[in-house]
Amino acid sequence: MRRLALVVLLVLALPAAAAASEKNPTLRELEGELMCPTCGTTLELSNAPAANQIRRFARERIAAGDTKSEIEDKLVAEFGRGVLASPPKEGFDLLAWVLPLLAAGVAAATIGVLVFRWSRGRDSEPPAEELGTNGRVDLDPALEQRLEEELARYE
Amino acid sequence: MNAARLKLVGQAAAVGVVAGLLILLVWKVAGGSESEVEGLRRGETPPAPGFSLPRLTGDGEIALDDYRGKAVVVNFWASWCKPCKAEAPLLEHAWREHRGRGLVVIGVNSQDLSSDARAFARQVGWTYPLVRDGQGDILGPYAVSAFPETFFVNRQGKVVARIDGEVTRETLAANIERALA
Repeated sequence: MRRLALVVLLVLALPAAAAASEKNPTLRELEGELMCPTCGTTLELSNAPAANQIRRFARERIAAGDTKSEIEDKLVAEFGRGVLASPPKEGFDLLAWVLPLLAAGVAAATIGVLVFRWSRGRDSEPPAEELGTNGRVDLDPALEQRLEEELARYE
Repeated sequence: MNAARLKLVGQAAAVGVVAGLLILLVWKVAGGSESEVEGLRRGETPPAPGFSLPRLTGDGEIALDDYRGKAVVVNFWASWCKPCKAEAPLLEHAWREHRGRGLVVIGVNSQDLSSDARAFARQVGWTYPLVRDGQGDILGPYAVSAFPETFFVNRQGKVVARIDGEVTRETLAANIERALA
C-alpha cells in the first residue's frame, strides 16, 4: 500500500516538475537538450565556439525570463530543427517517439507469451487421451505384440 | 493459422524489416558520399551548386544565378570564426578593387546567430552582398566542413578553385584572376 502511494505521488509530481522546468529552465538542462551545430554533440559535451555562442544566448534568454519553449523556438528559427537533441513530438517526427515504445511493447509481449508457454509446457502432465487403459502411454500395436511375445518367452 | 505457419510469418517479417533497414543504410551511405563540387579535387571544373538565400541585412533574396556572366567569390563564414575575421579586410579589398572588371563577392553566413552575424558584418565593414543560410542547407552541396571556405566561380558558372581556411592576399588574387579569365 505504501509503495502504491509512492508511485501515485511520483506520477502526480512529474507534470508539476515538467511545468516548472518549462517556465524556469536552467542552463544545465538546456545544455543537454540542444545540439552544437558544428560538432554533432549536445552543448554539454562541447566547448566549440558555436556551442559557446548558443550557451551564451540561452543564458541571456533565461535571464530575460523566456520559457524553455520560447528559447528553443528562437534557436530553431536561427539554426533549424537540428539544434534540438530530441525530435519534436508532432508530425512525422512523432514516429521517432512512438516507434521505440511500440517496439519495446511488442518485445515485452513476445517475451511474456514465450515465458508463459514455456512455463506451462513444463508444469503440464501428458494429456489423458494419450494414456492407455492401464494408465501408461499406448505403444505401437506391432511393438506391443512383440513385447508380449518376448515377455512370454521369459516366463 | 497453426503455430508453425505463424512462426514462419513472424520470421519472414523480421527478416524483411532487417533487410529494409540495411537497404536504407546502404542508400544513405552511397547517396551522401559525393558533393556537387567533388570533381574540383580531380582537376575538373564542376558547375557551382545554385542557391537562393535571404539577405543577412535587408529584405529579399540573392541567387547565384543573378550573377551569371560575372566571376563570383563565394565565402562561407560565421561570426564566431576567428580566421573569418582575419581575412575579412582582404575580401572587402578584393571586391572594391575588381568589381569594375565583373567580380562579385558573396558572403554566406551559416551556423550562426543572425544578430551576431549582422554585428560582425558591421564591425568588419563589409559592403558586398551577404546572405544567410542558418540551417546550413548549402554546406553539403559545397562540401563545407569548417569555416572559412572560399569558392571561385568563373563567368560560365563553373567552380575553378576553392580555398579551405583563411585566404591570403596572394591566393585570393591568383584565384580571382582564374575566375575572371
